[in-house]
Amino acid sequence: MYKYAFTNSEELLALCKKHKAPISEIVINYEMEYSKDGRKEVMAKMKKTRDVMDEAIAKAIEKPEKSAFGMAGGDAPKLFKALTSKKKMLSSPLVNRAMAYAAATGETNSAMGRIAAFPTAGGSGVVPGVVLAAQHDWKVSEEKAIRALFNASAVGIIIAEGATLSAAAAGCQAEVGAAVAMAASAATEMRGGTPEECLNASALALKSYLGLACDPLGGLVAVPCIKRNMLGASTAYAASDASVLGVESFIPFDEVVMAMKNIGKIMSSKLRETALGGLAVTKSGIMIRKKLGLPPLKPNEID
Amino acid sequence: MPTTTQKSGPHYSVFDIAGPIMVGPSSSHTAGACKIGQMARALFHGTPEKVTFYLHGSFATVYKGHATDRALVGGILKFKTSDPRIKNSFDFAKKENIKYEFITTDLGEKYHPNTVKIVLEKWDRQPMEITGSSIGGGMIKIVKIEQFDVDLTGVAGQFKTLVVWHNNNQQNLDALCKEVEKLRIRIHDIQTTKVDKHALSIINTSGRRLKLSEVLEMEDLEGIAEVRSLTSLEK
Repeated sequence: MYKYAFTNSEELLALCKKHKAPISEIVINYEMEYSKDGRKEVMAKMKKTRDVMDEAIAKAIEKPEKSAFGMAGGDAPKLFKALTSKKKMLSSPLVNRAMAYAAATGETNSAMGRIAAFPTAGGSGVVPGVVLAAQHDWKVSEEKAIRALFNASAVGIIIAEGATLSAAAAGCQAEVGAAVAMAASAATEMRGGTPEECLNASALALKSYLGLACDPLGGLVAVPCIKRNMLGASTAYAASDASVLGVESFIPFDEVVMAMKNIGKIMSSKLRETALGGLAVTKSGIMIRKKLGLPPLKPNEID
Repeated sequence: MPTTTQKSGPHYSVFDIAGPIMVGPSSSHTAGACKIGQMARALFHGTPEKVTFYLHGSFATVYKGHATDRALVGGILKFKTSDPRIKNSFDFAKKENIKYEFITTDLGEKYHPNTVKIVLEKWDRQPMEITGSSIGGGMIKIVKIEQFDVDLTGVAGQFKTLVVWHNNNQQNLDALCKEVEKLRIRIHDIQTTKVDKHALSIINTSGRRLKLSEVLEMEDLEGIAEVRSLTSLEK
């Protein structure tokens, strides 16, 4: 009864082949079937999501705000200066812009501003960074940018079906890692890549985030989350470049997702959003714990 | 404990991934917590006087920094995940005379690390206990309603859900389903959990939402204790 249902990349690619359509088109139909809404409503809803992304970015660049304990805020405008700075930048203006946008989203989120969790709040900077920077930098059409967000959602659905999007369940690989995989695919469709190239870019991207711990200072979504989003945006483009140049992931995307799930199972709960391991228990992390009034760590809680 | 489910089709809406639109900082600890609060309030039906939150796992360790506490209370106040009032939900709760308390606890290994047990109280009725997990990206699951283990998924909703407390007699449930279908509401799937003589069923339907008068009529059916009609969750 569901003609556009998919739970993994194999099924998604089969649908693309059958309908001779890009990933975004399959996902738009998937959502129409799922929600029983028309194309117009579904597209309008994603446009609304895109508008929230835009506002969140503008807010942090135009009116930067420091978050609690000065852990976040004010980096997005610095990064944005890359576009006008006389200093020679090593990355392209597109990458610089995406980094600024990704950081901006994270900064707005940290300050309890309004964002689109895409796929989660912790990883919410990467996709808007990559997609909106491309829209602004390449002058990509509005429709193409919105389609790219549908494409990214497909990758998110595959990860949610095959593993998880919860850092409490599988660490940061499931949030920033997932977001980079989603953005890599979205960027690939925006530049005219094939569905296979999209998901191959996702595989390349996600592999390099496998095993990433979720170890935020004081448990706050700020450090290191925002800067991981910032650098994640540049990785997404790099993965897309490699993919369209013909670099194939030896491991198909569905298997990478399985590996992510497997690692999540093995990963200590101290590295899964509990603020009991990694960066959270460094000297700086412990200082933040104290300021937050969290109970001091017992010696047996730190390995 | 026997739980029966019949389900088909995809599990996620695109807008479960592309969203929710929310007030930060954490989709699981802020937006998901808000949604669990919303569900608890809907299941309780009416304004509670006191709400106690038992925080488990990562909810227990990092709830303050993520404003999980403010989001839970915001959900109880029926705030949407994107409502900026979440930031000041404690003040709004005081205005509505809702008392709240947070207790950190260990509910056991079988629960997802982001889980909260919510106890809602009001002087003229039995307290109600609801346990929910925030499973990532703002998606939630109600896993226990009173003594019943359930799987009530709160992904951005395609369905309107009926929650029915009834006795452990299939015929009574069938009679209720017939009534629902008479109203031209299509039943998508039914999930029933039985404990001793009692049972709880979650009925996902499509079509319009039941009117309050229709819900009350169903509560008069033989063997049916209570019925709640939930709207589909905001995407």
